[in-house]
Amino acid sequence: MSSLSTDPTVHSPVHKIGEHVFDSVADVGDMALFSFITLGWMIRKLPRWSTLVPNFYAIGVSSVPVVAITGTFIGMVLAVQAHSQFAAMGMATRLGSVINISLVKELGPVLAATMLAGRVGSSMAAELGTMRVTEQIDALSALGTNPVRYLVVPRFLACVMLIPLLTLMADFMGVIGGAVISTQVMGVDAFHYWLHSRRYVGSLDLFAGVFKSFFFGAAIALISCHRGFNSKAGAEGVGKAATEAFVYSFIAILFTDFCIGILWNAVYYAIWPMNGSGLL
Amino acid sequence: MSRRGDRLETNEVAVTLQGVSMQFRHQQVLRSIDMEIRRGETLCIIGESGCGKTVMLKLIIGLLRPTTGKVLFYGRDLAEMSEAELNHTRLRFGFLFQMAALFDSLTIYDNVAFGPREHHLFDEETLEKVVAERLAEVGLPSGLEYKKPAELSGGQRKRVGLARALALDPEVMLYDEPTTGLDPIMTDVINELILQTQRTKKATGVVVTHEMKTVTKVADRVVMLYPLSRLAADESQILYDGPAKDLEDHPDSRVRQFVRGEAGERLRELGRRG
Repeated sequence: MSSLSTDPTVHSPVHKIGEHVFDSVADVGDMALFSFITLGWMIRKLPRWSTLVPNFYAIGVSSVPVVAITGTFIGMVLAVQAHSQFAAMGMATRLGSVINISLVKELGPVLAATMLAGRVGSSMAAELGTMRVTEQIDALSALGTNPVRYLVVPRFLACVMLIPLLTLMADFMGVIGGAVISTQVMGVDAFHYWLHSRRYVGSLDLFAGVFKSFFFGAAIALISCHRGFNSKAGAEGVGKAATEAFVYSFIAILFTDFCIGILWNAVYYAIWPMNGSGLL
Repeated sequence: MSRRGDRLETNEVAVTLQGVSMQFRHQQVLRSIDMEIRRGETLCIIGESGCGKTVMLKLIIGLLRPTTGKVLFYGRDLAEMSEAELNHTRLRFGFLFQMAALFDSLTIYDNVAFGPREHHLFDEETLEKVVAERLAEVGLPSGLEYKKPAELSGGQRKRVGLARALALDPEVMLYDEPTTGLDPIMTDVINELILQTQRTKKATGVVVTHEMKTVTKVADRVVMLYPLSRLAADESQILYDGPAKDLEDHPDSRVRQFVRGEAGERLRELGRRG
């Protein structure tokens, strides 16, 4: 294969584009394989409690403040931005329904997941990337332990189980934040604010948001761990893995949100048909 | 030169490399390596940086799969083993990594206990004794057990790495540049520990090193690899395979230059490029 290095076509633009395409396809295949291996280990043998607890703490408990702050501000900003328009139409009391449905169906889950992709995903990629570079992942294999089972499965479980709970908390804080600004600062009547909220926001809407967040959690865990496992050497390699973990997770969150949105509407209107319903 | 002739009575082959080549993308690192490592011997692999020494160690324990060729452990091809079998086989190896590769998030105690605990070899009470024994064997004072790896010096980390590898009572010990980055005294301590391990455990040893002092002290046999980038297409990558005492007088100037630490032709190459 040493002849490859002397082959002039190796450095041609066409070759480089081809190589990039092959690398991208290989990356997607590798990611799929990585996901199957992770899911396979969850069926075969769950990790020890002692490896689960620190991950649950790092991913769940440590994320509570940042998710609470994010949720609160989403609710407050929605109230500030929407109030003038609704007040101009004389529909300020309807503010509760708009803020709360936006929060529980879309903004709460998506923004909480985005925040967690930044906080948790980057951190997981950097940690695993450092372990790769310092041969700690090789050391696990050398000690007869499967690194996916030991390192990825606990993180995956923590993300899938705790990100929906964190989303619920973001929703709750957003609802409170929106209500406080609307009723205490903007002077919207509290009785009607909550009345419209109750009338237009159902438990199915809340469930729709939480349902999505299971997939967001899985995407964040798998993408971030995969980037970490494939980190290149050096500080630059680990930094790149952390950045890629966030960027790819964010894209995955938006794409998953779009796909689940279509699917959700299709199922919803199949069960409860209504005139003029569309998929989007 | 062998200090442990009693262990070399057997000619049983522990590890065999048959026509092993290894390539990472466009870069070939190893080419058609044929080599046998006999049970109980201590083999030192020497050679310039980037010639594939560490890759060879990782092939031996199955952390990497060769692009072509076979790696056999007591006659069994590692590539044909199931994942469970391979994991079980790895328990017969100990691996001291170049930078020790201790798990940052675990204490020294948990690092050393990791292998036996993962594979349920002992109950916690026995494990405590085993960890204390292993740490004492590598000369680490008690009281370090509950520190994190980041709190230790380079030499201490290497010794913890050795204790972790020995905790599984391995048949084959692999050392990846065990003395790199250590002062001369600590280098000698590590060399003595390698010798002690070979004597007391009767383990087969494969030591990758640049240090000729380590080679003369611990090796029964030496293999010198040469980087493929500076090797003719029909030339063997193994420049030398024999006892350490004959290295200095080898007819190949590349072997002599490496042993004596002389830049020689490399310096002239750099001069031409400059």
